[in-house]
Amino acid sequence: MHEMSIVAELFTIIEEQARQAGAKKVTKVLVLIGELSGVVPELFRSAFHSYKKGTIADRAKLEMKIIKIKFKCHNCGKEITAKNLMDKSFSYVCPFCGSKEMELTSGRELYLEKLEIETEG
Amino acid sequence: MEKSKKEVLVLEDILGSNKKIASSIRKKLDEKGILAVNLLSSPGSGKTSLLEKIGMRLNQRYRIGVIEGDVETERDAERIRKLGLPAWQITTHGACHLEARMLARIFDQIPADLDFLFIENVGNLVCPASFDLGETLRFVLLSVPEGDDKPKKYPEAFITSQVFVLTKGDLLPYLPFDVERVVREALEINPKLKVFKTSAVSGEGIEELCSFLESELKQRRAKNA
Repeated sequence: MHEMSIVAELFTIIEEQARQAGAKKVTKVLVLIGELSGVVPELFRSAFHSYKKGTIADRAKLEMKIIKIKFKCHNCGKEITAKNLMDKSFSYVCPFCGSKEMELTSGRELYLEKLEIETEG
Repeated sequence: MEKSKKEVLVLEDILGSNKKIASSIRKKLDEKGILAVNLLSSPGSGKTSLLEKIGMRLNQRYRIGVIEGDVETERDAERIRKLGLPAWQITTHGACHLEARMLARIFDQIPADLDFLFIENVGNLVCPASFDLGETLRFVLLSVPEGDDKPKKYPEAFITSQVFVLTKGDLLPYLPFDVERVVREALEINPKLKVFKTSAVSGEGIEELCSFLESELKQRRAKNA
């Protein structure tokens, strides 16, 4: 359960961004979570809602966008999206040309994408 | 005053602050020519026993230091100190992983003339994988009693490591464990993993692992020189 530590880091960024933007309140937080980021979305959500109390985002909604695992083949240039690790498409062998020159191009992300804020005036 | 709503585009890495501290640790280690290894595994898979064996062997020719990460107690650091090796204990008091800033706090105590710094993470095959500590190499350990199906069940630890150390190899005759399967599945999710089969009891694989570490140290020092 390292989601709480990650949410604590998230709130450091939220507070800083909200301050810079002159926000009175943060009403929505949008995060990007890769399927291979090691973060469990359900745990992230509960950590978020318990951490937000007493912060500038204490009524904020959380929106999580899950980023799929993707590979790119450096030989034929095709992109392959894998459902998960147990899926046959999670492989470092290209299903189109058989090359092993595959690179994991997405799925490890953990980003604060956007905030919705209220300002006065 | 009237309220107005607006959207702020941020696009910032949530673990960015950990990564920044880790990068500065990595830079300092490179400058000092220290090779740091971050060891990940579940509790009881033999991280400390492996370190005792590797430490004793490398200690004949190199300067070794060990950082021990645990939720509580100084027990592991004491085990290492009994061998005459310097050890620093980080107790996380509940946290399930080490973070770069915990390391940064004690970094000044680490002698600059070390050759190898081993960082034994908190026993946990999930959470430590998300936190870069600034290490040169990451080892993931898996012991024979844990079962041969683990790499795909705990993928992040295997995906983010460069070395996979199978431990407690001396128990293979007594347990249903398919070495070929565990290696194949680990390589399916990370084809660049180097694999070592070891036993701290029989000493199997310890020499190979030490030779690998020595050659990595030489290569990196040559590169950074």
